[in-house]
Amino acid sequence: MKVPLSWLREYVDLPAVTAHELADKLTQAGLKLEGITSHGDDVKNVVVGKVLSIEELTGFKKPIRHCIVEVGEAEPRQIVCGATNFAEGDIVAVVLPGGVLPGGFEVGARKTYGRLSEGMICSERELGLGDDHNGIMVLPADTPIGTDVVELLGLRDEVIELEITPDLGYSLSIRGVAREAATAFGVPFNDPALREVPATGEPSYPASIGDDTVCDRFVLREVAGFNPAAPSPQWMRTRLIRAGMRPVSLAVDITNYLMLELGQPLHAFDRTKLSGEIVVRRARAGETLETLDHVVRTLDPGDILITDDSGPISLAGTMGGLNTEISDESADIVIEAAHFSASATARTSRKHGLVSEASKRFERGVDRELPLVASWRAVQLLAELGGAQIRPGVTHAEVDVEPQRIAIPTGHPGAVAGVPYDRETVITRLQQVGCVVEEGDRPAARRGGVDPTGVVSGGDIDLSVSGDDMITVTPPSWRPDLTDPNDLAEEVIRLEGYANLPSILPKAPAGAGLTELQRLRRRIGRSLAASGYVEVLSYPFMGERDLDNLLLPAGDGRRVATRLANPLSEDEPLMRTTLLPGLLKTLVRNVGRGFNDVALFETGLVYRPVADAPAQAPVLRVDRRPSDEELASVASALPPQPHRIAAVLTGEFERSGWWGKGRQATWADAVEVARTVAREAGVTLGVVADQHEPWHPGRCAALYVGDTLVGHAGELHPRVVEAYGLPARTCAVELELTRFEPHLAGPAQAPKVSAYPVATQDVALIVPDFTPVADVEAALRDGAGELLESIRLFDVYSGEQVGAGNKSLAYTLRFRAPDRTLTVEETTAARDAAVAVAADRVGARLRGA
Amino acid sequence: MTDYDPVEVTPLHADELSRMEADALAAIKAADSLDALKQVRLAHAGDRSPIALANREIGALPPAARAEAGKRIGGARKAINEALAARQAELEAERDARVLVEEAVDVTLPWDRRPQGARHPLTTLQERIADCFVAMGYEVAEGPELEGEWFNFDALNIATDHPARSDHDTFFVESTDSGKVLRTQTSPVQIRALLARGVPCYVISPGKVFRTDELDATHTPVFHQVEGLAVDEGLTMAHLKGTLDRFAEVMFGEGITTRFRPNYFPFTEPSAEMDLKCFVCRGASALPGNPPCRTCKSEGWIEWGGCGMVNPRVLIACGVDPKRYSGFAFGMGIERTLMFRHNAEDMRDMVEGDIRFTLPFGSEI
Repeated sequence: MKVPLSWLREYVDLPAVTAHELADKLTQAGLKLEGITSHGDDVKNVVVGKVLSIEELTGFKKPIRHCIVEVGEAEPRQIVCGATNFAEGDIVAVVLPGGVLPGGFEVGARKTYGRLSEGMICSERELGLGDDHNGIMVLPADTPIGTDVVELLGLRDEVIELEITPDLGYSLSIRGVAREAATAFGVPFNDPALREVPATGEPSYPASIGDDTVCDRFVLREVAGFNPAAPSPQWMRTRLIRAGMRPVSLAVDITNYLMLELGQPLHAFDRTKLSGEIVVRRARAGETLETLDHVVRTLDPGDILITDDSGPISLAGTMGGLNTEISDESADIVIEAAHFSASATARTSRKHGLVSEASKRFERGVDRELPLVASWRAVQLLAELGGAQIRPGVTHAEVDVEPQRIAIPTGHPGAVAGVPYDRETVITRLQQVGCVVEEGDRPAARRGGVDPTGVVSGGDIDLSVSGDDMITVTPPSWRPDLTDPNDLAEEVIRLEGYANLPSILPKAPAGAGLTELQRLRRRIGRSLAASGYVEVLSYPFMGERDLDNLLLPAGDGRRVATRLANPLSEDEPLMRTTLLPGLLKTLVRNVGRGFNDVALFETGLVYRPVADAPAQAPVLRVDRRPSDEELASVASALPPQPHRIAAVLTGEFERSGWWGKGRQATWADAVEVARTVAREAGVTLGVVADQHEPWHPGRCAALYVGDTLVGHAGELHPRVVEAYGLPARTCAVELELTRFEPHLAGPAQAPKVSAYPVATQDVALIVPDFTPVADVEAALRDGAGELLESIRLFDVYSGEQVGAGNKSLAYTLRFRAPDRTLTVEETTAARDAAVAVAADRVGARLRGA
Repeated sequence: MTDYDPVEVTPLHADELSRMEADALAAIKAADSLDALKQVRLAHAGDRSPIALANREIGALPPAARAEAGKRIGGARKAINEALAARQAELEAERDARVLVEEAVDVTLPWDRRPQGARHPLTTLQERIADCFVAMGYEVAEGPELEGEWFNFDALNIATDHPARSDHDTFFVESTDSGKVLRTQTSPVQIRALLARGVPCYVISPGKVFRTDELDATHTPVFHQVEGLAVDEGLTMAHLKGTLDRFAEVMFGEGITTRFRPNYFPFTEPSAEMDLKCFVCRGASALPGNPPCRTCKSEGWIEWGGCGMVNPRVLIACGVDPKRYSGFAFGMGIERTLMFRHNAEDMRDMVEGDIRFTLPFGSEI
């Protein structure tokens, strides 16, 4: 809301404060300052002049005039001008030599087009009054010559722009802001809506409310003989522009001006284009309406309409219809002022994607007591400024409405704030807001009428507060948002000043700290960072193309993805079912920026819809705790969202350098990520060869904790590498952390550390090539028995010496007993037992045996 | 044979022993390496050295002369051995000094063999904020990102036609009436926490949220918030202020407190916008005559988040009796906090995953 201060000061007797000081106070009251614009403070030496004579100069590319202008000085001035829309005798604004126009534009006397020019005749735009640059601004004929134009046209003003929260519909008006300013400075407020309105008398143009759930007051007044050519006065145009609206025509400008001033949206119909009784009702299926913006709209049965015998003529509260619009010939005008349902206006506005100044106000709440006075002001101005005759009578259709009354103990605001306010303070503050405060406990629900503000949810909810010294509060008609005891508490607290709240740290009960999984996620993050991986947080969106790029076969679970109705990009309408697409794209971006050696990781949720889940999550009641069944019905409609961790890497994982050659990232690094995660989780990772997209079929490991598959790791499939434009041999790992949860072992158990010496035995085993090393090691472990302290593979060899189709695996076995020094015989026996089991399980034989 | 002729036992003669000793000492002095000294030791103190041979002759002396001869030999040997030891120590010291010099390396050689990693600052900042509250007794609550509309809106007192619902540019799960959305705020975790934990309830919930904004320097459709909730008997706005003041001090240093301005949120009543006193200029830049401050744009305060007393309507939807319990809630943007706390100027850097942006943040923030 843009508020010109000259306008504001008409209704509140503000002390001499700067715009900043005023804005500070309003911000503290909840109307937040967005910005301050100063107009015209640099303008000087602009006066009213009369064009005495005009000489058309010829021989130039465009028409040029040499004018003699009387400016109230001893001698008239001669001024060269390029505009042609004025005539001899016209009254104009002249900036004299040495004068300054808005924006600091200085004007001097100079020679131009062969003549002397002592200043300039001004257009509206040059005076900072609007965008009209079509020609010179011609002033009314009776304007005194020589008058200072700054004062005359109100060029000097400041505009504060305020951010209005959705609950404060009344502050989308000068009236509402003035009331807050008056309270903030403790000065009188002169309510522009407090005007004498003639008794209603006879009805005017016939109208009725056909649906009292959409409208509870509908007022029409008529004028005749309006002069459609009458211009809007400059002061009105200036204020409209400063408040952010474009002047259109006098009739439209009057409705907009009053909406800004009072907060009541008004609509002007061309009387001659109406036929029969006006009825306010909801739309019927199949109806259409062409709105003022020349869009033919198919109406929704929920829409609020104003109709006549011809059908819909206006999208009530949002935008008028084209066929009844006033034109530059309309002389007979019907002014409409109404009170529409906030939620119905909001729904209509949203349904049609049409946000107007009117709909913004109606959906936030408009003072229901305004239509009679606002419409009266409108016809008065049409008469005063446009020569219209006010037709007697007023049409006033309304529904009986009982206002809401809220009862609170006078101590309630203090109990909410945590600082006591005395009784007088509470009552005074509520009265400043406009509330009527009575003794006693007599609350009442609002009865009849439409919902007056969109910010209050419905439902029969008991919010009553009881206590000593009850008062009953009736909020004013312009504050339909005040419905709850806490709303009243807020009014008192904010007017007493949020800055005056004490600061007290509450004593929370002792907490249990982070959960096991929360700690695990942190450990994993630190471990991977320490291992050389950089964390990324990519958007969790993906497209079908990602599923194809990852070579996922039809029927792969990861192809079952949640689709967004309004994705940011049509290429990525799906919620990720795997972390890999985002990571791979981020990897490509880094490589593209010149980093060849990159290792990235990400942890986050994936979204895994279940095939037979309900399509809709029910919207539950809010007037009580939902039942467990109701909560379960929402839960079952939401996809499981397990926590995953994934990493991708390419290039050298150990850099080359002056120390020698580095090492390329391989599948083994990807598996090592999984081992790191498993170590942090305190579980043993099982690694099994697998074929699983998007990994290379010969270089893919399935990863297990116990019998639970927790993920995959390895080198990516060459076609995946190609599809994403990745460097060759890019490797990846993805694990589902949620699946680790049941396997978390709890606190680690301390080992017994033996003080006896170690006995080491090396064995080299020959096994067929295809034998997984993991199986050989498991056999050795099992065979070696309890004396085995550790086992380590230190060499893998294949070649002639071990025979074609074979490989030799060299292990160091370390034995140690807890209670004695082992004899050679004992360790040899243990080694032989290990080899025997390996021979038995995987056909291993001792090399050289 | 018992005859003897002392004259004939020349090696034991005092002069002869002196000469042997002098020869040995000269040789020791002349030895210029440990190897040479080893040879000298063999030649002058070994089993075949003149002095060792001379010692063998002692038995040929008459008993009365043996003691004196033994004494003379012992003296010579001691002098030789001492000289050997001294020279040995000297030469070893020389060798050590030389070797250590020879083995010296250029320790300024770079070593970037192992790649560096880092955690994302948005992750670590969420953890740091959570830690502040865990220290106050809060627990970290989590919830789904793909959320039911009831949790994201209705239960938070944002009805279907509520203006606040259209202020939230919401991603809907197909179709738009599915009742499922990408959560637009972390506030639904409040509802889940109250339903699951009951009261008293003190939770902090950082997490990812979504709005249909295009990515630019100050907007991103996927961003992070942290939400705090406390519901207990007797909680007031003063407790909310105390909590946020403490939080501000822990994050930004002593004396950095908060300021409340009235605002509107459907799920709190009363509601407030919360500003942080500028931790760089400490508010000074807002006063006339002081140098400008980039961090707060010379306003003295930095907009940080929203807060308020939990709307009793929200408590009722969660089955909490507002006649007995009250609570407060607050929330703030993590990206925004990172921007002003760490001078990160462009949100795009936070989403693009460029390793240059993330590496300097290490693993804690």
